[in-house]
Amino acid sequence: MARNSIFRLTFWKLVFLFLMAAGLYATVVRFTQGLGASTHLTDQFPWGIWISFDVLCGVMLAAGGFTLTAAVHILNIKRMHSIIRPTILTAFLGYILVCAALMYDLGKPYNIWHPLIMRNPHSVMFEVAYCVMLYTTVLALEFSPIVLERFNLQKPLKVVRTILIPLVICGVILSTLHQSSLGTLYLIVPEKLHPFWYTPLLPVFFFLSAIGVGLAMTIFESSMSSKHFGLQLELPVLRELGRVLFVVLGIYGILRVEDLANRGALKLAFHPSYETYLFWLEISLAIILPLILLAQPKVRNSPTGLYFAAVLTLLGFITNRLNVSITGFEGSTGVRYFPKWTELAVTGMIIAIGFALFGLAVKYLPIFPAEELSTEKSSEADSAVLVGSEVLEHAGD
Amino acid sequence: MSKALLYDSTICIGCKQCEQACATQNNLSYDDAVASEEYQSAHKLTCIMTRGDKFMRRLCMNCNEPSCASVCPVGALKKTALGPVTYDPSKCMGCRYCMVACPFSVPKYEWGKLFPKVQKCVMCPDRVAQGKQTACAEICPTGATKFGDRDALIAEARQRIHDNPNKYVDHIYGLEEVGGTSVLLLSSVPFETFGYRTDISKDPLPMLTYRVLSHIPDFVPLGGMVLGGVWWITHRREEVALAEGHGSDGQKKNGGKE
Repeated sequence: MARNSIFRLTFWKLVFLFLMAAGLYATVVRFTQGLGASTHLTDQFPWGIWISFDVLCGVMLAAGGFTLTAAVHILNIKRMHSIIRPTILTAFLGYILVCAALMYDLGKPYNIWHPLIMRNPHSVMFEVAYCVMLYTTVLALEFSPIVLERFNLQKPLKVVRTILIPLVICGVILSTLHQSSLGTLYLIVPEKLHPFWYTPLLPVFFFLSAIGVGLAMTIFESSMSSKHFGLQLELPVLRELGRVLFVVLGIYGILRVEDLANRGALKLAFHPSYETYLFWLEISLAIILPLILLAQPKVRNSPTGLYFAAVLTLLGFITNRLNVSITGFEGSTGVRYFPKWTELAVTGMIIAIGFALFGLAVKYLPIFPAEELSTEKSSEADSAVLVGSEVLEHAGD
Repeated sequence: MSKALLYDSTICIGCKQCEQACATQNNLSYDDAVASEEYQSAHKLTCIMTRGDKFMRRLCMNCNEPSCASVCPVGALKKTALGPVTYDPSKCMGCRYCMVACPFSVPKYEWGKLFPKVQKCVMCPDRVAQGKQTACAEICPTGATKFGDRDALIAEARQRIHDNPNKYVDHIYGLEEVGGTSVLLLSSVPFETFGYRTDISKDPLPMLTYRVLSHIPDFVPLGGMVLGGVWWITHRREEVALAEGHGSDGQKKNGGKE
């Protein structure tokens, strides 16, 4: 057991170090030679994986933050309280990493503050910039009690607790706005985006799927945490999340099919083409398979079943975001885009940093209820070291 | 009065002097290698395309309601009253949404530079403001590219098609496309031959996003009220339950956390 842990530890450490080294080298290339040398972006394809994955998927994967705070604080669902801290941590880290990724993608990152004073209220990008900025602040405040508790700073703690409800309401509104606005971004290109993905309902779909992904991410992250930090799995809570996820995916699926049918795009789904294959991959992973799995009580009552349903949902909606922002443009631009190794290296490094920061936060801050952490692993002599460093690479970000 | 350019491909002789004048005007280098490129790029803001003995010009259409200016988060791109859609590189942060949004895929990027700018034809705003023609119109030896008031040029284009219906495709490209543009094109062969899309929307595209964005000021107070109301109801129930003596320990346990 101990030897096995040490071996795994070393393996994941190696992976982590490799990702960091490759990412740092790619960072040097990006900031000394520019976007042309560090990406496969072209005039025909100005947005690549840093926007598609790091920003679109990053924001989507952090959606658990507003979903869970709304459930616990607004809807007053108390039994979900035990999982809210790791979820807020996940969301906070997610947004910090999105901002970091933007620094790579912007041609002139030192001008990132310009939207603060140069306003164009007609621009969706302007609205997204403001929302992301404000929501990151909200998340920092929602996260702050964890840090303040750790250092026993009672006064500021009291202040944050007093403003918590208005803060949560702001967070939910800001999230609703920018999660949907990431879809609105693409409303202006009706001629360029493939009919599978261009629809006036894009903002609705982006928002609904963010809720679904937020739930799936919470299931995923709870399962990972229970496995790697030796925590008690909150199965009743996850089961409930699974049920809500089923309903959200059901609504999303019905709307999606109705929309395709109403726009006459459904028949395209049966003409073999590059877009069709990726469309079906997306629909199967995001809707069909999770719905089939979650419809069965057997799956909803099993930690493994819920975990797989959540992972499928996550992969499905990651495919969806990549389809909207990459696949859907390849037809009209006549260009195939595949990221350069430097683009992948930066993305890999950002993911690795997310996992590492999650691990460090769990080690040094009261993220999980103290009684659970101590009872579960106290028997093992090296538990502190193990939890502290193994987490570096494991938990979800 | 809004200014415009009328390019009549039936008069063009493909001398490419407009390309050269444009490069000089925008401080870009121009040589035989650049001249042979038949596409726009960060170092070539207009180009003459050749298909057999037919020519066609490409440049920024300087739309009446430009997508690029509408999507720019910092207002680096602007439509001026005189017609040109201008660009201020000192404002630009390089998000490249303009490149994604442009229905004609006109804006190009200086990918090779460490501090890159967007590049596109800006319709010589300084010259136009001084009452002069654009550099390309001034140099054109045949009058294929003509500068003038948009309304007058539209009337002239209609007259040319009317006088020689067999010579022209019955379509002034840019009259209605995406709500009209400050560049008008006439051709003797279908515009698709040169990659100009004719299936493009007749309505200005910025409305597509603004229609959604304009609801935000309404949504924010409404959303706040609904969420606050739900919070009130769900927590009031708990208070009532406590007062009636049904309060469970679970409720006390979690109160006040976070």
